Amino acid sequence: MKATAGNKGDNIRSDCWVSIELKGSGGLDIRLNSKVASMFGDDILRFAKDVLKFFEIENAVVEIEDKGALNWVIAARLEAAIRQLKEVSEGYLLTKVNPHGLQPKDAVRFSRLYIPGNSPKLMLNAGIYGSYGIILDLEDAVAPDKKPEAKILVRNALRSVDFYGTERMVRINQLPSGLDDLEMIVGHGVQLILIPKCETAYDVKAVDEKIKELSGGDPVWLMPIIESALGVVNAYEIASASENVVAVAIGLEDYTASIGAQRTNEGTESFYARSAVVNAARAAGVQPIDSVFSEIEDKDALRKNVLNSKALGFEGMGCIHPAQVKIVNEAFSPTGQEIEKAQKIVAAFEEAKAKGLGVVALGTKMIDAPVVNRALKIIEITKRIQRLGDAEV
Amino acid sequence: MKLIKNAAGRYVPLEINGEKVIPFQGVGKYRPEGRKHAPRIPSMADYPADGNKLVPSLKEALIKAGLKDGMTISSHHHFRNGDLIMNQVFDIAKELGIKDIRWFPSASFPCHEHLIQYLEDGTISHIEGSMNGPLGRFTSEGKMSKIAVLRSHGGRYQAVQDGEVKIDIAIIGAACADPFGNANGLFGDSASGLLGFALADSQYADKVIVVTDNLVEFPCVPWQIQGNYVDYTVKVDKVGIPEKIISGTTRITKSPDRLLIAEMTAKFCEVTGIISDGFSFQTGAGGTSLAVSDYFATIMREKGIKARFARGGSNKYLVKMLEEGLVDYILDGQTFDLDGVRSMAENPNHVWTSPFTSYNYHGKGNFAQLVDVVILGATEVDVDFNANVVTHSDGYMLHGIGGWQNCLFSKTVILPLPLFRDRVPVIRDEVTTLCGPGELIDVIVTERGIAINPRRTDLIEKVKGSDLPVKTIEELKKEAEAICGKPKKPEFADKIIAAIKWVDGTVIDVVRQVKQYD
Repeated sequence: MKATAGNKGDNIRSDCWVSIELKGSGGLDIRLNSKVASMFGDDILRFAKDVLKFFEIENAVVEIEDKGALNWVIAARLEAAIRQLKEVSEGYLLTKVNPHGLQPKDAVRFSRLYIPGNSPKLMLNAGIYGSYGIILDLEDAVAPDKKPEAKILVRNALRSVDFYGTERMVRINQLPSGLDDLEMIVGHGVQLILIPKCETAYDVKAVDEKIKELSGGDPVWLMPIIESALGVVNAYEIASASENVVAVAIGLEDYTASIGAQRTNEGTESFYARSAVVNAARAAGVQPIDSVFSEIEDKDALRKNVLNSKALGFEGMGCIHPAQVKIVNEAFSPTGQEIEKAQKIVAAFEEAKAKGLGVVALGTKMIDAPVVNRALKIIEITKRIQRLGDAEV
Repeated sequence: MKLIKNAAGRYVPLEINGEKVIPFQGVGKYRPEGRKHAPRIPSMADYPADGNKLVPSLKEALIKAGLKDGMTISSHHHFRNGDLIMNQVFDIAKELGIKDIRWFPSASFPCHEHLIQYLEDGTISHIEGSMNGPLGRFTSEGKMSKIAVLRSHGGRYQAVQDGEVKIDIAIIGAACADPFGNANGLFGDSASGLLGFALADSQYADKVIVVTDNLVEFPCVPWQIQGNYVDYTVKVDKVGIPEKIISGTTRITKSPDRLLIAEMTAKFCEVTGIISDGFSFQTGAGGTSLAVSDYFATIMREKGIKARFARGGSNKYLVKMLEEGLVDYILDGQTFDLDGVRSMAENPNHVWTSPFTSYNYHGKGNFAQLVDVVILGATEVDVDFNANVVTHSDGYMLHGIGGWQNCLFSKTVILPLPLFRDRVPVIRDEVTTLCGPGELIDVIVTERGIAINPRRTDLIEKVKGSDLPVKTIEELKKEAEAICGKPKKPEFADKIIAAIKWVDGTVIDVVRQVKQYD
């Protein structure tokens, strides 16, 4: 019996490929071919033995083609191969490096960076580009035959990679297989689950219940992605299906296909859906999040797209390349003018409150409560993204 | 071999390949004595009366130049990986049964892998110059019969000028030349821009052979190489492979990590006020360096800042800055793409330089010291800011020094580096090979933080209050080791395979044969 896992080839870096062949006798024969052999060869051998021992593999020929993989990657690749060879009751878990707990429910989620779930090289630095969240993607970014090993890699990354405080998200596969993904990742530091191709409140509830069952009640935030005409129709039910839903996202590639239209940069064809999702999310008191913009090279078009998105009421957008993060963050952040105006309104509000006045006025203009609330929110967001010194707010 | 500890704490021999050498004494400590080397005095009477020095073939030129055992043959590397001449030169040497040649190139490239057979059979005894790729591997494994000597571009000029290396025959490939020997790198299929790396060779070698595939009638202008130094000229079909000499276009890195590091580097220069009206800079032609130039341009445009000059290798991004009026002059050391070649030919403010003007330490100053900020690479640095550019952390010597050591004399030296490559941390307790002393290296910029040399209290003061992620170099090292683990030091055999010269000709370190891991 022989099983393999991982990636090999000239362009592979920070990853490894393993092959394990179980034998009846002869002990462990580990054949390591590593580009960092002279520096880490002994460490890798020692570590591989420990993993094999954990899974009670005593007689096997193990080949490791290493391109500078870190221990959490090596462990994931070995475990993925072993799981093909025998029943495994629990995984080989490394110490968690990230802080426990969740982000606030209404945390700023301007940007979230998609990272393919089977690419360790891209995971290593995922946290350094300034995005508010990172998404380890088990769905579209992973080839079907690589899905089982990606789950293990994502679990290990959640435990072992320092994402520097960005919100740790995982996009599971479309239900029902997405429910199996949860078994591997819940409890290992995931803070938010993206539910792709979500069409009904039932999808959300199924995920929510599965998480409760796995975590013993500790919540994980949910972000359903609406990617079809039916999803748009059910947007409010989806957004309000669980108290753990913190945001609703729209996925336009699939949505435009589902209504029989072509996706354009202008987005006329999705105007209704985007507005409907914004409206439903707001009605349910959660954040509306826009679709990714797929033309990586065209930064001006991206900027235009984000500003348009913000104008429609969205509060964030997915990024498919680190270079998009800064542009998305800048465009969603309150502008200097917006902040200044908000500060004036809040000051007037505080003054009216102090004087016991029921009506807030700025100059000769009356200010309604929603405008005050909006101003307060801008100040709050600004504080969070540290655009203002403490003294100014 | 007797070794002594030099001023950098490295053990080096007092003799290399049978010749006495001086151990590194500290930056600016060693003073040479005596006078410069001088070639023999020639007489016009011994040269063709009509000034036509053409000989029918390279072979004939080499025979006429008196090629014999034990000689030193020099060459430049302006043809980079597209050089077609040097392999032929040694094919001829082999054919003539010549032995023990010292090859003295300004750099070697993977295309010179062909020469390994001649290192094995004794046609070539050893190489003194930069060794890249296959030749570096061959040398690292202890297969070269003598010790390699690595020098910086400035150090090469210094060694020739000082008579440390006496060149018997200089081979100067040129994109354009006349029968008298005037030559330049500007025009023709093999255009490479300039020929600065061959300057010392033309001035000091006993015999000088100019080889071209684009022979023009006298005068070949501009004469970057002066025919008055030249003994023989040879016309061949092809001196190089154009697309391997010059890239059609150089490209900014697409790696998000490197872009981030480049952006942080530019921001550091902005915050510290290095980018200010009339400043000067040097960046390389690597993807990260190009990105730094591009970020510089953005900042300069936004703030209405102009640079007085940019030094170093030219490329389309630098040319764009020159044409846009963001820099007044390019002082070009080697041209990396076709935009660079075009600009140099057309634009009087795009000026060609040489290792003499830019880099020679045994001169009355040089241009590198006038540069405000230089952006350089390294394979490793250590907690004392010492840096290595020739060996990898596994001990293999795979790169040359280039102008790197010479650039350390610029006013601020910044190394933008990834904190780790694969799982190998870039910051070590001690560099595997010492190429540049930490006292000359000011800033390390990584994707996870910026370390400023404690000696640069001025820079430390200037970044206070900024949002730049400034950390100590020890903190960065710890961070990398937390991610990667701590690599084992490479194991070496006793045999010394290469000596690393400092800019003044003293020996700063040696490289030993690697122990192969099985």
